[in-house]
Amino acid sequence: MSTQDSTGHEEYYVPESSGMAISATIGLVLSIFGAANVLNDMTFGEPGAETNSWTIFIVGLFWFAATLFVWFRTTIRENRAGMNSAQLKKSYVLGMFWFIFSEVMFFFCFFGALFYVRVLVGPWLAGEGEGGTMNYLLWEGFDYSWPMMQTPQEAVGGAGAQLIANNGDFVSPHTSMAFGEVEHWWHWLPMWNTLLLLSSSVTVHIAHLGLLANNRSKFNIWLGISVLLALGFLYLQYMEYHEAYVLYGLTLDSGIYGSTFFMLTGFHGFHVAMGMTMLLIQWLRSIRGGHFTADDHFGFEASSWYWHFVDVVWVMLFLLVYIL
Amino acid sequence: MCFKAKRRLTLALSSMSALLPLTAATAWAQDSKVNAINMPVGVTEVSASIYDLHMIIFWICVIIGVLVFGVMFYSIFAHRKSKGVVPATFHESTKVEIAWTVVPFLILLAMAVPATKTLIEIYDFDDAEMDILVTGFQWKWKYEYLQEDGENLKFFSNLRTPQDEIYNEEVKGEHYLLEVDEPLVVPVDTKVRLLVTANDVIHSWWVPDLAVKKDAIPGFINETWFKSTQVGIFRGQCAELCGKEHGFMPIVVHVVSKADYVDWLATKQSEAAEIKELMAQSFTLDELAERGKGVYQRSCLACHGANGEGGVGKAIAGSLLVTGAINGHLDSVVNGVPGTAMQAFGGQLNDVDMAAVITYQRNAFGNNMGDMVQPLDIFNFKKGQ
Amino acid sequence: MGDHHHGPAKGLKRWIFATNHKDIGTMYLWFSFAMFILGGSFAMIIRAELFQPGMQLIRPEFFNQMTTMHGLIMVFGAIMPSFVGLANWMIPMMIGAPDMALPRMNNWSFWILPPAFLLLASTLFMEGGGPAFGWTFYAPLSTTYAPPSVTFFIFGVHILGLSSIMGSINIVATVWNLRAPGMTWMKMPLFVWTWFITAYLLIAVMPVLAGLVTMMLMDIHFGTSFFSAAGGGDPVLFQHIFWFFGHPEVYIIILPAFGVVSQIIPTFARKPLFGYDSMVYATASIAFLSFIVWAHHMYTVGMPVSGELFFMYATMLIAVPTGVKVFNWISTMWRGSMTFETPMLFSIGFVVLFTIGGFTGLMLSIAPSDFQYHDSYFVVAHFHYVMVAGAVFSMTAAVYYWLPKWCGRMYNETMGKTHFWISFVGFNLAFFPQHFVGLAGMPRRIPDYALQFTDFNMMSSVGAFIYGGSQILFLYNVIATIVAGQPISDEKVWEGAEGLEWTVPTPAPFHTFAVPPQVK
Ligand code: HEA
Ligand code: HEA
Ligand code: HEC
Ligand code: CUA
Ligand SMILES: [Cu+2]
Repeated sequence: MSTQDSTGHEEYYVPESSGMAISATIGLVLSIFGAANVLNDMTFGEPGAETNSWTIFIVGLFWFAATLFVWFRTTIRENRAGMNSAQLKKSYVLGMFWFIFSEVMFFFCFFGALFYVRVLVGPWLAGEGEGGTMNYLLWEGFDYSWPMMQTPQEAVGGAGAQLIANNGDFVSPHTSMAFGEVEHWWHWLPMWNTLLLLSSSVTVHIAHLGLLANNRSKFNIWLGISVLLALGFLYLQYMEYHEAYVLYGLTLDSGIYGSTFFMLTGFHGFHVAMGMTMLLIQWLRSIRGGHFTADDHFGFEASSWYWHFVDVVWVMLFLLVYIL
Repeated sequence: MCFKAKRRLTLALSSMSALLPLTAATAWAQDSKVNAINMPVGVTEVSASIYDLHMIIFWICVIIGVLVFGVMFYSIFAHRKSKGVVPATFHESTKVEIAWTVVPFLILLAMAVPATKTLIEIYDFDDAEMDILVTGFQWKWKYEYLQEDGENLKFFSNLRTPQDEIYNEEVKGEHYLLEVDEPLVVPVDTKVRLLVTANDVIHSWWVPDLAVKKDAIPGFINETWFKSTQVGIFRGQCAELCGKEHGFMPIVVHVVSKADYVDWLATKQSEAAEIKELMAQSFTLDELAERGKGVYQRSCLACHGANGEGGVGKAIAGSLLVTGAINGHLDSVVNGVPGTAMQAFGGQLNDVDMAAVITYQRNAFGNNMGDMVQPLDIFNFKKGQ
Repeated sequence: MGDHHHGPAKGLKRWIFATNHKDIGTMYLWFSFAMFILGGSFAMIIRAELFQPGMQLIRPEFFNQMTTMHGLIMVFGAIMPSFVGLANWMIPMMIGAPDMALPRMNNWSFWILPPAFLLLASTLFMEGGGPAFGWTFYAPLSTTYAPPSVTFFIFGVHILGLSSIMGSINIVATVWNLRAPGMTWMKMPLFVWTWFITAYLLIAVMPVLAGLVTMMLMDIHFGTSFFSAAGGGDPVLFQHIFWFFGHPEVYIIILPAFGVVSQIIPTFARKPLFGYDSMVYATASIAFLSFIVWAHHMYTVGMPVSGELFFMYATMLIAVPTGVKVFNWISTMWRGSMTFETPMLFSIGFVVLFTIGGFTGLMLSIAPSDFQYHDSYFVVAHFHYVMVAGAVFSMTAAVYYWLPKWCGRMYNETMGKTHFWISFVGFNLAFFPQHFVGLAGMPRRIPDYALQFTDFNMMSSVGAFIYGGSQILFLYNVIATIVAGQPISDEKVWEGAEGLEWTVPTPAPFHTFAVPPQVK
C-alpha cells in the first residue's frame, strides 16, 4: 500500500520535521543531569542536605519515557497507514540489527575485563607470571584463586598496611556464587534462571510461528508466557542478589569478584528488564490493538531478536561467571 | 605506468635528492643540551642501541619521504594544466599495487629485526647487582635500597626549585625544575635493577640519558634496569600525568665511582643510625622548633606558605586545628586529610622530623601554644592506631 | 503524502525540528566549528602559558584542565561531528538517496550533542574544577583522585557515545539500503566507502568506551575495584579498554579524511582515482588492524615482552595499507592535468604532512624507541601532524570543495589560498619544533619546563597563534561566501568533478533524488 510516483518507483518516506527528537533530548539530558547529581550527593555531598536531584532525575525519566512512547506510536501509525515502503522497513531492520551489535560490544567490554582480571591480573598480584614476578613485595600472603575469596588488601591486613589500598575497603565474601554442592543443586538459582531464560527464547519463537501461521491466539498465549518467564527470571535474580548481599557477604565492595559479578549480571538483568518491557508492549499491541500480520510485524521481530540476544549473553554469563 | 612515465619518475627522484642535505641538518647538535633537537645517545649500552635504532628508522623514513614527495612535487611541477598537459587516463595497475605493498612490507621486516633484538635486551632483568624500590608519590619519588638484611636505606626525593623561581619572582637557576633535595645515587658500571611502583596514581620514571622509562603503577611492581658506563649527573622527569604538580616531580640520578658510592652509603647509614638514636631522646621545645623549621620549609612550605598563610593547603597561622588538641593535629599530619592534597606524612617523615614539624607549627606564625610533641609520642600515636 | 517536496520550515523550527539531511549536516558543521574555536582557544591558553618557562598566566591545575578539555573537545566535539556533518550532507547526494535512512533519529543524534558538551564544559566551573586527567583519563587519577565533576564528565561521554552510535547506524543503513539502482558497492565514491567502514568502527568501539566510563562510575560511587589493585583490579585494565576504543578512534578520525582527499585529488588532477579497488581494500585493512594494535600506547606499562612484540609488529603493519593510499594519491596526480585551487592545496598539504605524521607514528611503533618517545612532545607532534594537518586540513579542503555546491556561491579564491599558506606555515612552525623538544626530553602535559626547551617552545607558540589566527580568515571567508559570494549555477562547480552530487542543481535543492537516479 505504499505510495508510488509517476515512474512507478516506490517512494522512500522522508518524515516531515518533527519535535520528537528535541523532546527526547530534553528528557534524556534532564534525567542524566539529575542522575549525576544524585550520585554526587551520595558520594561527595553533605549528609542530609536537601537537593532536587531526585526530582530532576525522575521528571527527566518520565519525560523521556513519554517521548519514546509518542515516538514509537507515531512510527507504528505511519506503518499502519501504509507509509512505509519495503525499503524503509529494511532500514529499520538494519538499524535494529546494528543496534544489537553495539550492545554486544558493550558486553564484550565487561567480558574482556573479566577475562583480563581472571587470567592475567589475579596471578600477577600473587607474584606469578611474567607480569608480576616482584609483586609479592606488595601483597605478601595473597594467594590467587577464582572466585577471589580474599582480596589483596585483606591478605596484607587492611588498608593501613598498604597505602596502595586507595579505593576504600574491599571486604571479601564468604561464599562464592559458583556451583557448590551437588545435593543441593535445586537450590542453585542460576540453573533455574538458565532454564527460565532458555525456555523463554523457545516460547518467543513459538509465538512467532503462531503469528506466521496467522494464529492470533497462539501468538498471544505464547508471547504472554514468555513475558511471565522473563518476570520469573527477574524475580529469581532479585532473590539471588538478596542472598549474595545478606547471606554470602558478596557485595559490590567485595573486590574484583564482586565488581565483575554484579557488573555483568546487573547489566544483563537490566537488559532482561528492557527486553521484557519490549515483549510486553508487543503483547499489549496484539491483545488490545490487534497489531501485526503474518507478513508485517517488525515491532515484534525486533523485540524477539533483542530477546534472543539477551539470552545468548546469559548463556555466556552462566558459563563464564558461574560455571568456570 | 607507461615507459615514458617511468623515465619522468627517475628524473623526479634525482632532482629531489637535492633535498637530502636539508633533512640531514636535523641530525645536528646532539651534545649541547640547550636547544637539543635529537634524542640523547645516553650513557648506557641500551641507550646507545635505542639511539641507533631511532636513527636507522629515522633515515629510512627520510629516504622514503624524499622519494615519495619527490615524485609528487615533480608531478606538481610538470603535470599542471597551465602547461597545457592533457590528463592521462590510466587508473589502475595490479602490478604496481603489489609492488608497493610488498616493498614496504620488506622494509618493515628489516626494521623489525633490530627492534626485536633491542627489546629483548631491555627485558633481560637477570643478574642485577643491586635492587632499588622506586615509589612514585604525588609529587615526589621515594627510593628504597633493598638490602639482604632488610635494613633498607630509604629516603624521599623532592623538587628543590623554590616557588619564587617558578612564579618568576626570582631569576631561574641553571637546573630549573630539574633539581632535587636528595638524588638517587648509584655506582657506575653496575647493573642496577629498579622496581618501580606508586603509592597513589600512576607516575612514570624517566631519565633520557639512561633510556629508562617505566610506569609506576599503584599496586604493581614493574622491573627495569640500567648500567651506566659513565659517572655524572643525569636528570629526568615524571612522564605520566599524575595530577597538579606532574610537571614538578623531577628525577636526578648521580652516577658515582664505586668507591664514592661506598662512602655515600656509609654516610647515609650513619645518618640513619643517628636518627634512630634521636628517636629515643627527648628534646627541648627550642631544639624541636629549630629542626621543625627546616622540615617545614622542605616539606610543607609549598602548600602552606612561608608564613603559614596557606595556599594550596589551609592556613596554619591561627588554624583551629593546629591551635587545638594535639591529637587532632597529629592525626591530620600523620594520616593526611583524605580526598585533599594533604598527604599522609606518617610514612614520609621520621618520628623526629614529625615531632619537630608539629612542634614548630604549634609555636610559629603566632600560634604560641607553648606545647610540644616528642618523637616517642609520635611512635606511640602511630602504634595506637 | 502528496506534497513530498515541502520546503524547509521557517525560522528556528527549521533547525530544531529538522529531519532533512542537509539541514542536519549544516548544524553538525556549525556546531563542530564552534567546538573547534572553543578547543582552539584552550590550545591558545596552553601555548601562551608555554611561551616561556615559569608559571605566568594560569595555575598548574587549570593548565591540566585546559589540556584535558582541549583534547576532548577537539576529538569529540570538533573533528568527529564535523565529519558526521559532512557525511550527512554528502552521502545521500553521492549515492542518490532521498535522505538519510532514519531522518528523525538523525535529528536526535545531533541534538544530544550540544547538551553533552554543555555538560562537559560546565565542569570547568564546578567546585574542585573540571576534569584534569588528560583526554585519556587514566585511572586512578580519574577515579579515586578525581574531582566530583568527573561524574558529569562520565555522563557527558555516555551521551556523546550514544550520539555517535546512532549516527553510525544511520550511515550504515543509508549506505546499505538507499543506494540508487546501479550504484553497486564498487562504484560507491571513496568518501562513502571510508565512512561506511568508519561507521562500523564507531559501532564497535563506542559501546566499549561507554562500558569503560561505566566501570569508572562504579569505582567512584559504588565501591567496586576494577581499577584498584587492593581489591584485585588493575589500573592498567583501564588502559587496555581505553585504547581498545582509543586506537580505532584515531582511525575514525582519519578514514573520512582519506575519503575526502580521495574525492578532491582526482577532481583537480582531472584524472580518475588511481587504484580505486586497492583503496577500498586498504581502508578495510586499516580498520581491521586498528583492533589489534591498541597496546602500542602502553609500551611502558610493563607488559610481558611477548605482548610488547605482538603489538609492535601489528602496529608496524599499518604502514603498509596506509602507504598504499599515499602511493595511490600520488599516482592519481601523476600525469594528470593539475590546477591548484584551495581544496587541492589543502589536500596536497594533507598528503605531505599526514605522511610525515605517519612516519613519526611508525617510529613510535618501535617499542624500544618508544621508551624514549612515550609521553614526550614527540608524541604531541606526531598526533597533531596526523590530526590537525590530517583531519583538520582535509575538513578544511572539504568545506572549500563543497561549499559552492551547498550554497550556490563561490568563495574568494585569493583569500582561500592565503588561508592555506598561512595555515601551512603556522602549522609547521607550531608543531615541527615539538619533535625536537620531545626527543630532547620534554614530557607532555606539563605547565612549565626546563630552560633548555625555551626557544623551541617560543617558536611553537608563535606558530600556534599564526595557525589559530588564520582560522579567522577561514571563518570570514565562509560567512562572506554564504552571505555575498559570487552566485554560480553550474551543476558541476569544478571542471574535473565526477559523481552524482555534481548532477543536481547548484545550490543543492532542499530535497535531492526523491526519485533515485539510475547509475550506469
Ligand atoms: C588521526 C589520528 C592518527 C593516525 C592516523 C595515527 C597513525 C599512526 N600512529 Fe598515532 N597517535 C594518535 C593519532 C593518530 N595516529 C594520537 C592521538 C596519539 C596519542 C594519544 C595520546 O596518548 O594522547 C597517537 C599515538 C601513537 C603511538 C603511541 C605513542 C606513545 O604514546 O608512546 C603510536 C605508537 O605506536 C602511534 C603509532 C601510529 C602509527 C604506526 C600510525 C600509522 O597509521 C601511520 C601510517 C602511515 C605511514 C607510515 C605514512 C605513509 C606510508 C608510506 C609512505 C609507506 C611506506 C612507509 C614505510 C614502509 C615506513 N601513534
Ligand atoms: C583533532 C584534534 C586536535 C586539534 C585540531 C588540535 C589543535 C591544536 N592543538 Fe592539540 N591536542 C589534541 C588534539 C588536537 N589538537 C589532543 C588529543 C591532545 C592531548 C590532550 C592530552 O594530553 O590529554 C592535544 C594536546 C595539545 C598540546 C599539548 C598539551 C600538553 O601536553 O600539555 C598542545 C601544545 O601545544 C596542543 C596545541 C594545539 C594547537 C596550537 C592546536 C591548533 O591547531 C588549534 C587552532 C585553532 C584555533 C586557535 C581556534 C580557531 C581560531 C580562532 C578562535 C581565532 C582566534 C585565534 C587567535 C586569537 C590566535 N595540543
Ligand atoms: C601538596 C600540598 C601540601 C603539603 C606539601 C602539605 N600540606 Fe598540609 N594541607 C594541605 C591541604 C590541601 C590541607 C587542607 C585539607 C582540608 O581541606 O581539610 C592541609 C591541611 C593541613 C593541616 C590541617 C589544617 C587545618 O586547619 O585543618 C595541617 C596541620 C597540615 N596541613 C600540616 C602539614 C604539614 C606539617 C606538612 C609538611 C610536613 C604539610 N601540611 C604539607 C596541603 C599540603
Ligand atoms: Cu608523577 Cu607525573
Ligand atoms: Cu594508536
